[in-house]
Amino acid sequence: MSLDLIRSSAADVAAALEAREVSSVEVTQAHLDRIAAVDGAVHAYLHVASDALDVARSIDERRAAGEQLAPLAGVPVAIKDVLCTVDMPSTAGSKILEGWVPPYDATVVARMRAAGLVPLGKTNMDEFAMGSSTEHSAYGNTHNPWDLDRIPGGSGGGSAAAVAAFEAPLALGSDTGGSIRQPAAVTGSVGMKPTYGGVSRYGAIALASSLDQVGPVTRTVLDAGLLHDVIGGHDPRDSTSIPDAWPSFADAARAGLRGEGLKGLRVGVVTELSQESQGFQAGVLQRFRESLALLEAQGAEIVEVSAPSFEYAIAAYYLILPAEASSNLAKFDSVRFGLRVDVPGGTVEDVMAATREQGFGPEVKRRIILGTYALSAGYYDAYYGSAQKVRTLIQRDFDAAFAQVDVLATPSAPTTAFPLGSKVDDPLAMYLNDLTTIPANLAGVPGISIPAGLAPEDGLPVGIQFMAPVREDARLYTVAAGLEALLEQQWGGPLLAQAPAL
Amino acid sequence: MPDITPDVVSHLANLARIALTEDEIARLTGELEQIVESVAKVTAVATPDVPATSHPIPLGTVTRPDVVGVTLTTEQALAGAPASEAGQFKVASILGEEQ
Repeated sequence: MSLDLIRSSAADVAAALEAREVSSVEVTQAHLDRIAAVDGAVHAYLHVASDALDVARSIDERRAAGEQLAPLAGVPVAIKDVLCTVDMPSTAGSKILEGWVPPYDATVVARMRAAGLVPLGKTNMDEFAMGSSTEHSAYGNTHNPWDLDRIPGGSGGGSAAAVAAFEAPLALGSDTGGSIRQPAAVTGSVGMKPTYGGVSRYGAIALASSLDQVGPVTRTVLDAGLLHDVIGGHDPRDSTSIPDAWPSFADAARAGLRGEGLKGLRVGVVTELSQESQGFQAGVLQRFRESLALLEAQGAEIVEVSAPSFEYAIAAYYLILPAEASSNLAKFDSVRFGLRVDVPGGTVEDVMAATREQGFGPEVKRRIILGTYALSAGYYDAYYGSAQKVRTLIQRDFDAAFAQVDVLATPSAPTTAFPLGSKVDDPLAMYLNDLTTIPANLAGVPGISIPAGLAPEDGLPVGIQFMAPVREDARLYTVAAGLEALLEQQWGGPLLAQAPAL
Repeated sequence: MPDITPDVVSHLANLARIALTEDEIARLTGELEQIVESVAKVTAVATPDVPATSHPIPLGTVTRPDVVGVTLTTEQALAGAPASEAGQFKVASILGEEQ
């Protein structure tokens, strides 16, 4: 048997499991061994499942008994700690939820278990998903597998680092302003933010409810499609869940791998998100433009489009997100779950205030105070109200762009991974990392990031992002898989094969 | 541009039920001023003729049939609580002595 158990794609592992060339216990053990070997240096995981081998064994037994299992049955998966799991602590990277084990599973977790995937553990993240570097985790930062002194992106740095360091073939993330796509870009992995409402948020600890979306974090586009097929679709427990039927995203990716979908494809390049003067690193733009040229050589048409309101996206986002977060995080009140700090002789209000002071980290406090300000009487119309109008303008820019093109392309992040500690004390500099990803969240459109190469100046991964109209997630899988195949042909294999050994 | 003073931050912290320290209030006053100045640019394009969007994809009010679904048991609901008694969440007194 020649299959590399930890470096192979989930699709290849699933095929080997199906053909009984390998067992889920073997695959799961290989990943647990890998975690034991490298996670001390990477710190992608906050918790490793104690029963992963038992779950794997039960899948093997069912397969041996002749049961017809779902396509990814027996494949291990890592779960971002923002998602509720009945058998593992779910902290969202916060001390206020240290040790909390939820009484229910998130719908996406329940669907993965029903499909026979094997949860490996919970991955590190910025506290309550507030951050772009995973340095705001209350449990220590995650390190980028390409260079352990650099950030893995955020908020889902743990999930991205886990797949990039071969500590899991698949992971789940959540994306409020780029938390799936930006970590994918800086770790050389694949991250997909589905259409808003395409994947259930039931059991996802809410950050900003009009922006949050759960999605796959993987090493290949096909693997993301396979995982999206498992977790996606309508959920009556999430009132924002879209009731439409969805096509198979794995099939959409396979069409791309066969070379379909690029001839005649109109790719829009956003004027406002493609110039060096807008803060993009030279090597990021170089790889971005090379990817566009590859698409053009396959018959795609590159069209420049303008989205003038995107300039206001970060400002609108940092009003809308804190406003919604300040409301969502009110539930951490020392009463029903999580931390309680006793105040002798104090009222319940004193206990709440002391608990939230001790349980929340600096970025969470900053955003709650900012959100409380934006929502307070006298300022509401000027700040929150104006931000909601900008949201309309950004949607109009997308509508105008998609009247001319099939997909939009941007670099996934303005720079490659920056050194740990270099921006953690400068909130405004940190917020700029989500320049290219935030517009999709504000408009609800899907976005995917895939590796576009290594920046020549620092040898670190660069990501390219594609966005499509609402409900057109399948189009992204086809286009991204098409480009992935062309790039891997040039590289002679996956980009992650070039990552240094850990 | 409204002034962000330590008193404003202290008031906001009180509204948000976070017992910030004096040091935190001082640091947040400076940071908040910078952030608010930066995000205030939204007012430049938010003209009266632009409608507000609260939600990216318009959906009607979602209801379900009025039948009992799967819910948590009392034990499950209380399992994560810092303190409980007689099947209820237990908290410190609601009113202070002066109230």
